[in-house]
Amino acid sequence: MTQTSVQTVAASAEHIEYVMRLGDNALILGQRLSEWCGHAPVIEEDLALANMALDLVGQARLLLTHAGNLEGKGRDEDQMAFLRVERDYRNITMMEVPNEDFGRTTVRNFLYSTFQILLWQKLATSSDTELAAIAAKSLKEARYHFNHSAEWVIRLGDGTDVSHAKTQAALDYLWPYTAELFAANPTDEAVSAAAIGPAWGELEAEWEAMVLPVFAQATLVVPARTPFKSFGKFGRHSEHMGHLLATMQYMQRTYPGAQW
Amino acid sequence: MLTEDQAWKLLDSVPDPEVPAVSVVELGIIRELHCADDVITVVVTPTYSGCPATEVIGLAIRDTLLAAGVGKVELQTRLDPAWTSDWIGEAAREKLRAYGIVPPTGKAAVGGAQPIHFVKKTLTCPRCGSNDTERLSEFGSTACKATYRCKSCLEPFEYFKPI
Repeated sequence: MTQTSVQTVAASAEHIEYVMRLGDNALILGQRLSEWCGHAPVIEEDLALANMALDLVGQARLLLTHAGNLEGKGRDEDQMAFLRVERDYRNITMMEVPNEDFGRTTVRNFLYSTFQILLWQKLATSSDTELAAIAAKSLKEARYHFNHSAEWVIRLGDGTDVSHAKTQAALDYLWPYTAELFAANPTDEAVSAAAIGPAWGELEAEWEAMVLPVFAQATLVVPARTPFKSFGKFGRHSEHMGHLLATMQYMQRTYPGAQW
Repeated sequence: MLTEDQAWKLLDSVPDPEVPAVSVVELGIIRELHCADDVITVVVTPTYSGCPATEVIGLAIRDTLLAAGVGKVELQTRLDPAWTSDWIGEAAREKLRAYGIVPPTGKAAVGGAQPIHFVKKTLTCPRCGSNDTERLSEFGSTACKATYRCKSCLEPFEYFKPI
């Protein structure tokens, strides 16, 4: 189907960058979740993780199509997803670290879907009407992702010794990466000033108010903040990103322009 | 050339590929139809962002109208307002139930409404009518459905999630 997007004013570089961050987060987390297909601990989770991956890839299609339109260089969703090089991706680093186990996958889904709910709520009133429409639609999906992952965080954290230890290890590993979500940067400032969307840092207090009670209920201990910083949304990725892209982009790079 | 009424009736015969008990019209995803000269423009609002059926539905709409003699079919996607399961009408809900899928209960959450943890819905088994049912997973065979089980007749069933 044709995506019709009407953008009357030329988009700023920051506006494009902001939408690409959203699209790339959805794309890369969708790719990671799809790796569970056929490997999840029970069939219900296989379906759940694959369904969430589908939602995210669907959101990524809409967002990257929109970013391509804003950019105005004729790049479509496939070119954006499959033909960019590593340093041009704008996803946060947390999206690209390996799944490791069901605990880490679940904690990551929880941390990010909580953020998504807050962000999509704000973006549903964006002055960018296409982005607002994508946000209103994605919000509904994020709620299901949040509900599902929050329930699992509690079940695993407040579960057996083994599930508790693995989930705590996942939280210890992922927590430092969450600082990247809220770090101040010129892109967010410009976008916020233009009423396109919130600076992500504005969401930190609300986000903590949603995640901390769930971790407490899960008997998990949230680690102290450290000086560690990650810079995925600026295009500086971890050592895991290249491997992920090699898998994700293989088909399009081997058979350029292939359609399926 | 078809009239708009004829086109609507025709599309009401196009089943959703993943939930064939209801048509794409009954699902509420066909937002507008415009007939001009020999061209029909169909405005479609997709359900879930990642629904694999979206493109199949587009093809089915196109094929159905072309087979009825329409010269050209234009498909447009409209995201706003976002599709909601509230748009599934009463008759279609009964068709879903008869097919073995419990239709969405209540109203879909709007605005800032939040889901509440561990609040389980009591669903009635579409096969035996028992209320002794349990949720197996919020995510079922498709993005739009959750998986439940009836503890009386022991059969699994699906629930069309409100969204």
